[in-house]
Amino acid sequence: MRTLRVAVALFALGTACALPAHAESDAFAEPRAAMMRLIEKDVALTREFTGAAQFDARVMQAMARVPRHEFVPGPLRNHAYENRPLPIGHGQTISQPYIVALMSDLADVDADEKVLEVGTGSGYQAAILAELVREVYSIEIIEPLAEQARERLARLGYANVTTRLGDGYYGWQEHAPFDAILVTAAANHVPPSLIAQLRAGGRLVIPVGARFLTQQLLLVEKNADGSLRTRQILPVRFVPLTGSH
Amino acid sequence: MLAAVALVSGSAIAYEILLMRLLSIVQWHHFAYMIISLALLGYGVSGTFIALFKSRLQRALHGSFAASAALFAISAVVCFVLAQRIPFNGLELVWNPYQLVYLSALYLLFLVPFLFAATCVGLALTTFAWAAGRVYLFDLLGAGCGAMAIVAVLFVVAPQGGLKFVAAVAMVAASLACVGAESARVRFAGSLTGTAVLLLLVIPMDWLVLRLSPYKGLSQALAAVDARPLGEYSNPLGLLTVVDNPTIPFRYAPGLSFNAPRGPPRQLAVFTDGDAVSAITHIDGSLDSLTYLDYTPGALPYHLLDAPRVLVLGAGGGHEVLLARHLGASWIDAVELNPLMVRLLIDDLGAFAGNLFTTHNVAVHVSEARAFVADSRARFDLIKLALLDSAAASGAGVHALSESYLYTVEAFASYLQHLSPGGILAITRWLKLPPRDSLKLMATAIEALRRAGVADPSRHLAMVRSWNTVTLLVRNGGFSSADIERLREFCRARSFDAVYYHGMPASEANRFNLLSEPYFHMGATRLLTDAAAFTAQYKFHLTPATDDQPYFYHFFKWRTLPELYALRAQGGAGLIEWGYLLLIATLLQAGVAGGVLILLPLWLQGRSRSGSGGLRTGSYFFVLGLAFLFIEIAFIQKLILFLGNPVYAVAVVLSGFLVFAGLGSGFSTRFDKLEGTRRADPIHVVTAIIAVIATGYVLLLLDLLPLAIGLAEPLKVLLALLVIAPLAFCMGMPFPIGLHRVSVRRPDFLPWAWGLNGFASVLSAALATLLAIQFGFTALVLCGSALYLGAAWLLPAPAR
Repeated sequence: MRTLRVAVALFALGTACALPAHAESDAFAEPRAAMMRLIEKDVALTREFTGAAQFDARVMQAMARVPRHEFVPGPLRNHAYENRPLPIGHGQTISQPYIVALMSDLADVDADEKVLEVGTGSGYQAAILAELVREVYSIEIIEPLAEQARERLARLGYANVTTRLGDGYYGWQEHAPFDAILVTAAANHVPPSLIAQLRAGGRLVIPVGARFLTQQLLLVEKNADGSLRTRQILPVRFVPLTGSH
Repeated sequence: MLAAVALVSGSAIAYEILLMRLLSIVQWHHFAYMIISLALLGYGVSGTFIALFKSRLQRALHGSFAASAALFAISAVVCFVLAQRIPFNGLELVWNPYQLVYLSALYLLFLVPFLFAATCVGLALTTFAWAAGRVYLFDLLGAGCGAMAIVAVLFVVAPQGGLKFVAAVAMVAASLACVGAESARVRFAGSLTGTAVLLLLVIPMDWLVLRLSPYKGLSQALAAVDARPLGEYSNPLGLLTVVDNPTIPFRYAPGLSFNAPRGPPRQLAVFTDGDAVSAITHIDGSLDSLTYLDYTPGALPYHLLDAPRVLVLGAGGGHEVLLARHLGASWIDAVELNPLMVRLLIDDLGAFAGNLFTTHNVAVHVSEARAFVADSRARFDLIKLALLDSAAASGAGVHALSESYLYTVEAFASYLQHLSPGGILAITRWLKLPPRDSLKLMATAIEALRRAGVADPSRHLAMVRSWNTVTLLVRNGGFSSADIERLREFCRARSFDAVYYHGMPASEANRFNLLSEPYFHMGATRLLTDAAAFTAQYKFHLTPATDDQPYFYHFFKWRTLPELYALRAQGGAGLIEWGYLLLIATLLQAGVAGGVLILLPLWLQGRSRSGSGGLRTGSYFFVLGLAFLFIEIAFIQKLILFLGNPVYAVAVVLSGFLVFAGLGSGFSTRFDKLEGTRRADPIHVVTAIIAVIATGYVLLLLDLLPLAIGLAEPLKVLLALLVIAPLAFCMGMPFPIGLHRVSVRRPDFLPWAWGLNGFASVLSAALATLLAIQFGFTALVLCGSALYLGAAWLLPAPAR
């Protein structure tokens, strides 16, 4: 009997660990739903420019599930679900939800895939990816952020995210190749090692622009023969010429 | 007292210049500009302050002056320390309205020291209005010397150390003011103040450590694990910070091809004012580690030329020099403005950089790029303009207000003249979507070629793009079909896209880095075929910059603003040119604040008194404030180009203007005796002379100056001062003439005259930039001249 009770307790504990800790209803459910409506509106407005009439349903579900308020500093929690970037300290930001959704959608990942993220930041993008794929590997160069994100992701039950502090330039060779790579900070060039660690058919996404002002996204697609094709996406409903569509 | 006036004026202008440096380092240039512009309203507010407490202040004149000067000294340091604790983040303005509160707090804080400084000068001018010419003489002489002195100080100490210098000089002024006091107590206080100067010297530098915005490039680099600053080097041109990171090395290779087998070797980062970054690449002798260079867009011209003689404009950390050396240049002349950067590469980090700058076929010149080219008799096979501004700053329109004489039509014409037959001008810039810089470069090159008599520029131009850079080539004599074949091969091997070459099929425009539309190709083609219609339709300003309107980075069009503003949360914020908008915001805020703090009290006081003619007299001083700066700013810009070095030029021209205006002011006291005689009103004569000289200069003389550009530097400075002297001398007169006349008729109006003039100066600085952007410096001078003529009409005639 005692053994059974221990087993039940362990099972209960195991279930609790397997389910992300935020599964229970939370006070932010309504703001999160409002955020989802905003993202849907933006997607509809920019579909001609991003090439996506609507985002992958799985991405939208992940955005609707992940408790963004857990990833922003305490005083900013009430702003967590506004469709804007927020500062997270150390000169870093948590991206605007629409951009996170767009990057996740562009990564075009399946449930059994493996993703590398360069720039863990708050860990929010990693959490979204964790909802979408089998394994997420994430590298951060700022020590306190890396530590906080590791602790936060563990607390929220994202067991399929592995983080480390270090140089993202050379990717993460032990776990390569990756089905998708997301670089969450603007870069002056795409590191050749990241391209090398991208599986044939894989996708790499990088934002371009200053902090708080993401201007465009770069999508690199590696074809089956190893050749590359890139797409530059201006995620805004804007054409530079009057009368041009 | 007069010496004290000079010292306060000198330290106030030094403080202004210093704050511009300090705030450009901790924040960004355009925010610094706005914050200081509004803080200068302190000059206007001091008029209100003096008017309200005039009798009390003047009764204890020496004490009031000394107290104000001492408070200026203290607040100059304290307000800066406090301001550093305000968590203002300009980048977040679009998202977070609380940032406006922080921004306002910054204005208010910096207004305090300027208010105290201006109170000193205002008190002296209004109390001794009968000798306004002499007081104003010392005010301007002091300011002129202060501007020179602070530039000299910045060669010796870091900008935050300069704060002590400013405070010390102001303290000495306070002490001096007490000397003439009747009260023994005040004299005693004066000697105490004198000794307080010594206290300033022991202020711990820890209190003044600069707290950079965490979003600046330097802060970001230092946040990475194991990053460490290797050294800091400062001069008036900027604060250079070298950062090393053995664990996560810095790597800078803009536009590097995806096909590059490897990235750059270990690099050190050099940040200027905490942002614009240059990389210093470690050269260990192995050619293998430099293979990446051939995969950068900047390698293209080396595929079209054989062992070229190269001129690099903007040597920076040496990237372009390294590229040239690696790709077979026979000789490299590299021009760098900042001597500290050159010294770093030669001395401190020479070994790290493989003694790049002292290689046998490299000659490094410390000079301003335009001046070097204008002065050079050599011809080059390749002239390269290095990409030196940061991508983030470039993208956010940070430079919108910055004048740049490197990217004007006249500059391009000068580069083209220095190309050998078949030589190439190559310029790489960050790629922006929708295209802006790239198309303006193209438009500028087309205009320069046309001016050089090339009937069909299309054969002389080529452009390629990587995913984040655009490179323009202009070839003297045009591109051959063999060139174009090589260019296409270069692009194919690196997955770059051709944007334009003569005869390029549209199908080739969007091959590797796909855009939703081939915007770059379409834009480049239309600029060659129907430029007028295209630039009119395009939602960004693409008209080429000229030396008269040197605002290459200005892409703003009013009609695009509503659309982008509506889209600000959907990505539009990144496309708005914030620098320009902040300029407008500065003007509006200064207008409102000036209205509330200066005009409203004036109006209220006017209602309670029976005096008349206040509006007209007030307008006179207001218009003078506008006109003086219009002309001064325009001539500073015109002479920067002539003198070459912007730091010396600003210091020399600004000081020259102030000193000669001061002398003019001193001279104007002679007119006081003429008041009431039957001779012509001197104000009409003086303003007419100003208008004639200023207009004559911009229409005739300034075109002749470039002929003297080859003179030795001291001669050029002398020539510039000779040009300024008569104009500034006359410009120093109308203000004291007016004050003297008002002191006879309505002495109670004197503080308002001072305040309105100060208020107008704030508006004028912002307005001058706006007018220069829209209409050019020539128009600005003409406008200033017209205002002087109008002012003469506003001033009531002397009592006869």
